Amino acid sequence: MPVTPLTQVTSASRVSRPPSQADYTRDSLFRSLAYACALGIILLVAYILWEIGRQAVPAIGHYGLSFITGTAWDVSRQHFGVLPQIWGTLYSSLLALLFGGLFGVAIAIFLTQDFIHARLSAVFRTIIEMLAAIPSVVFGLWGIYVLIPLLRPVANWLHAQLGWFPLFSTDLSGPGLAPAALVLSIMILPTVAAISVDAFRRIPYKVTEAAFGMGTTRWEAILKVMLPTATSGILAALVLGFGRALGETMALAMLIGNSNQISLSLFSPANTLASLLASNFPEAGHVEVQALMYAALVLLAITFLVNVVGLGIEQYTMRKFEGRK
Amino acid sequence: MNSVITTGDALARPTPRLHRHLVEGRALKSLILSILTWLAAILASVPLLSVIYMLIVKGGARISLETLTALPPAGFETGGGFGNAIVGTLAMVGIGAALSVPIGILAAVYLAILGPNSKLAATSRFLAKVMTGLPSILAGVFAYAAMVVVMGTYSALAGGVALAVLMLRTVVLTAEEAMKQVPQRMKDAAFGMGCTRSQVIWKVVLPTALPGILTGVMLAVAGAAGESAPLLFTALFSNYYLSSLTEPTASLSILIYNFSAMPFENQIELAWTASLVLVLIVLVFNILARLVRQPNV
Repeated sequence: MPVTPLTQVTSASRVSRPPSQADYTRDSLFRSLAYACALGIILLVAYILWEIGRQAVPAIGHYGLSFITGTAWDVSRQHFGVLPQIWGTLYSSLLALLFGGLFGVAIAIFLTQDFIHARLSAVFRTIIEMLAAIPSVVFGLWGIYVLIPLLRPVANWLHAQLGWFPLFSTDLSGPGLAPAALVLSIMILPTVAAISVDAFRRIPYKVTEAAFGMGTTRWEAILKVMLPTATSGILAALVLGFGRALGETMALAMLIGNSNQISLSLFSPANTLASLLASNFPEAGHVEVQALMYAALVLLAITFLVNVVGLGIEQYTMRKFEGRK
Repeated sequence: MNSVITTGDALARPTPRLHRHLVEGRALKSLILSILTWLAAILASVPLLSVIYMLIVKGGARISLETLTALPPAGFETGGGFGNAIVGTLAMVGIGAALSVPIGILAAVYLAILGPNSKLAATSRFLAKVMTGLPSILAGVFAYAAMVVVMGTYSALAGGVALAVLMLRTVVLTAEEAMKQVPQRMKDAAFGMGCTRSQVIWKVVLPTALPGILTGVMLAVAGAAGESAPLLFTALFSNYYLSSLTEPTASLSILIYNFSAMPFENQIELAWTASLVLVLIVLVFNILARLVRQPNV
């Protein structure tokens, strides 16, 4: 490229010039647009709350707190209560958290504590991420045609042998809590694993070296040093995983049996708030829609609470480690 | 003092044992726990392998031009397909992206560049994170109340709005993260040349952060394509091809949901094939997200 003398550049082609009035206008327009969009997120959340709340107001006024303690969902007599659904939501999510949490943390340890080569660990991580990408309906379909037939003989054997035990007090005739909770735990496993992996990665390598330098076995290092250091991160992972489980809809609507009963048995059909919405909304009449909106508000309140707690713990963890650097 | 070790003492002591025996309590415990961890990792990959196996064997069996283009069969009919559902899914994800991507990126511009420490930014960042935990069915409930009730009909537009609500958070949070990675030096250089703030954003920040932003968009699209709960009572379902955005629209995920509960072998086979197609669509966008994220690795 030929070198142009500076004088020519400034005088003739005018590469550099102060911003024109049009530039200023465009600038402030663009900035106010960005401002509006950031504000838009807040307004959207407010609009979602307002819209669901507004539709639920008639039902709130009509049923009040008895909606939460009631156990019947009877459209013809207009008796609506969501206690069985709240019970089912919490019970299935807790079961999912038990399995998904245990496996999720185990996998996080497996991936971060030198069990396999770093490259293999990256491959394994991709597999876990793919698990998260599989749509909920596909898991539902898999649950119906693979998991339930597989689970049924086991469940019925357990019921026959240990029927006196409240968890096994019914047999599994098809859809039920156990297949739903199992699929749910598979679905929250990637969330728990990913956040726990981050928690373990945040521990400085010095800490590991120090532990091994004192002659610990691998598991003494993990149980006495790594896990306590990563506690808050793992806690955040569990809470956020729990939040996901609470709101999961399609797989549950397909697998849980949609039956409004409160039972401790793992094999009896149950219902959750989200699957109540999914299965009743499309065909609901005017009054039932209002009751469903109330149910949606209850679900929103529960998940909001759980997620704020989870985010709070996660932020606390990040601050703790960033402060220590 | 007793604790002071003299040279003679140290020599007189036997050499400490530095090796652990495999059957020693601590080592054994460690070994058993390691084996359990391996088992957990292997067990956790079983469901994924099983899902993939079923998709290929059961879903792959029926895949053909007919299933990809024909209309869904009724009750006892044989054959048929889900062409309208593929079109419907793509159309609604397109509407969702058209709404959420511009708004999301502009909001991220504010969060990352214009006012990263302002109260507004802190609030909307927090709310975007909270929305990550919003159950997808509630996006459907919202779109039902805000669109279906107002328009008086189930429509592809309502479905698209529900998906946009879910996509927005992914787009905002990943775009903000990507724009924050742009080095301050580059922005300073542009400011030094007399650029206005918008010029810096358009000519420096956005082009530099583009791979990261695209990753977020692809992930949002992949997530939205697989969603079904928000479409259940916003787009409903239709047995015909999409002809207008203001009428009930078919989607792959709802087709799978509807067909999975039917007592007909043909429909169940089609549900598996539709699952295969849906998973492939989701995977393609996931892989694209990975490809744009690391162009040089």
